[in-house]
Amino acid sequence: MTTLQHKKVNPIAHLTAEDIEAIGRELDAIRDEVVASRGERDAAYIRKVISVQRRLELASRGVLLFSLFPPAWIVGTAGLSVAKILENMEIGHNVMHGQWDWMRDPKIHSTAWEWDHVSPAAQWKHSHNELHHTYTNVIGRDNDLGYGIMRVDEDQRWHPAHLGQPLYNFINACFFEYGIAAYDLELGRNLATKERRRNPKFRAAVKQVRRKIGKQVLKDYIVFPALSGPSFLHTLAANFTANLVRNLWAHSVIMCGHFPYGVETFEKKSIEGETRGEWYLRQMLGSANISGSRLMHIMTGNLSHQIEHHLFPDLPSNRYAEIAPKVKDLFQRYGLSYTSGPLPKQVASAWAKVFRLSLPNRKADRERVAPQPDATPANRGPATRWQRTPAAN
Amino acid sequence: MTSPSGASILGDVAVTRTLRTGARRVVELLATPLVPADYLDVIAPLSNPAVLRARVESVRPETRDSVTLVLRPGRGWRPHEPGQYVRLGVDVDGVRLWRSYSLTSPPADRDGRIAVTVNAIPGGTVSNHLVRHARPGLLLHLDAPAGDFVLPRPRPAKVLFVTAGSGITPVMGMLRSALSELDDVVVVHSAPTAEDAVFGADLRALAAQGRIRLIERHTRADGRIKPADVAALVPDLFERHTWACGPNEMLDDLESHWHAAGESGRLHTERFRPALVVVGDGGTVTFGRTGTVVEAGGGVPLLEAGEEAGVLMPSGCRMGICYSCVLPLRSGAVRDLRDGQITTAEPEADVLVQTCISAAAGPCHLDI
Repeated sequence: MTTLQHKKVNPIAHLTAEDIEAIGRELDAIRDEVVASRGERDAAYIRKVISVQRRLELASRGVLLFSLFPPAWIVGTAGLSVAKILENMEIGHNVMHGQWDWMRDPKIHSTAWEWDHVSPAAQWKHSHNELHHTYTNVIGRDNDLGYGIMRVDEDQRWHPAHLGQPLYNFINACFFEYGIAAYDLELGRNLATKERRRNPKFRAAVKQVRRKIGKQVLKDYIVFPALSGPSFLHTLAANFTANLVRNLWAHSVIMCGHFPYGVETFEKKSIEGETRGEWYLRQMLGSANISGSRLMHIMTGNLSHQIEHHLFPDLPSNRYAEIAPKVKDLFQRYGLSYTSGPLPKQVASAWAKVFRLSLPNRKADRERVAPQPDATPANRGPATRWQRTPAAN
Repeated sequence: MTSPSGASILGDVAVTRTLRTGARRVVELLATPLVPADYLDVIAPLSNPAVLRARVESVRPETRDSVTLVLRPGRGWRPHEPGQYVRLGVDVDGVRLWRSYSLTSPPADRDGRIAVTVNAIPGGTVSNHLVRHARPGLLLHLDAPAGDFVLPRPRPAKVLFVTAGSGITPVMGMLRSALSELDDVVVVHSAPTAEDAVFGADLRALAAQGRIRLIERHTRADGRIKPADVAALVPDLFERHTWACGPNEMLDDLESHWHAAGESGRLHTERFRPALVVVGDGGTVTFGRTGTVVEAGGGVPLLEAGEEAGVLMPSGCRMGICYSCVLPLRSGAVRDLRDGQITTAEPEADVLVQTCISAAAGPCHLDI
């Protein structure tokens, strides 16, 4: 039923259509359990994280006013880096997913949240929540597969420009928030023709990004340094470093989500008429976790539980760790591999892929991706991902 | 003797204003993408002028099922008129729910505190939560005081209050602040029993001092009060201005009695409970701003119902994960097609629902 069929080893060959729907039902049951028990404890968690983040940011910026003194520079920069990481990952990303909308707190709501990032919330929500999370790992539909600048799957066609992708990836990592803004704007596509460049919708979006960049730059590189007086240059350097650290960290964590060895990709055609169970299965095969301590999970915005996050993108992030054993058990019972590993290993695995695929496929790979008869029916009609499968009798 | 010229004073004012605006801009820039008050909220939540909050200072039990909460409102609170109510936003199990409660204190005591009295309604989520779990230190959200159930100025010479159950609460607010300005006050108050009467002791004390004439009715023994009973107990009924608050049936009876006598202008009523939301399977969906009305089945996502009727609905993943399609539910109820959960509209509060996985559960109204 999917592109997986033309892999050497099809990881889902042993599953029947009924198995896939049964997986869907089990995952829906896990979801229902969490939704039914969401409450005060969860609300207290996110408020605590927000409170800690804001205090840490205020304190770090305060210390950096005296960044002329090396200890102040080090402490302030470290604090600000952590604050920026928390703000983007455990708070911004997750709030904008609607994970906390159920609290009906207008201050912590997906429709109202704006983050310390050059991509405006509205653009991010469209490209990430809607496109990436619905069409996860579908070649040609999910631009997260290489962000349009890299080849991260054998099934993506090689081009000599890909030879430079280790370098592009490194530059993208350093300026990741700008990379994401460009990606949300679909710059590559929208700058391609004169007509697209002049599209008023695109121009308005560019203007929003420019305004956001302007404010962030003014804040981090002019106003705060100016307030630091004689420490102007030191504060400027500290803020630049904090942004760099945040970018490198976010990029590494996100690379681990979908690029490491063991993660599968899918063909456009394979998702026609996709059922809820099939969508769940695609999320299971298309994501990878990072193992580590509780602090590590919080610092990754719980994207270390990428599998759980992709199955239930709108459940509160503090619950992913709790449901992970159940999800893992489900993988085992259905003979699927739950991809997970420590951060250095996963980062290395993702980077190895970036290097390997900068070159054309080897002969063995070419054989692997040789066109094969497509088992998918011509057209299965519109997808019914929202519809649960009734329990089998 | 010389005095600074007018022009230079004006100049100073302009400079000060420019400086202040400039300083505010800088502070706003420092807080971007948030607003400065978001940082203030972490340290001093009552100081945010844009979001009105209050802290519970003390909790005083009134009866078995009711408590008075003494609140310290934050910056931005403006004093109420006795008889008005305030909407409180209470986090129950992490979910913010809004309910209106009458203010039972004078507009502001010397310390700037106010009080509301909450009666636990059977099955009432918020009232039961407050009566059982409110503790000093609890932070609540609130709105500006509202309502036109207030005494006019100049005060009328003769006043009658007809109340039942928690209907006494707005009247208590009036008695506590304006009794000295009223010469002739009769209070007809109904409660199931003497012990269940909220403010029973306060009312009896006022009666003992001769400041009001109190007529208590205990409905468990004597049944619900009728307009004819009121007329018999208060012979000069229509010489008085009457303020009535209590269950809808009682208010309906009183209104028709006053109307029949051609004295509707002398009766002022306050109703607490809005009409209950009808929960069903499918129903009439109104898309408020476009004016489109459609009948939608219980298994049809609101998004599809709207699109079929030609409404330009916002949409995204169409499977309940991306939150691009959320719209405010103004009234009625919807059912989550995945797990069957019902979400009902809250009066005057934005409840956002995901239209791609929600179906009508009875008549409902979406703001688009």
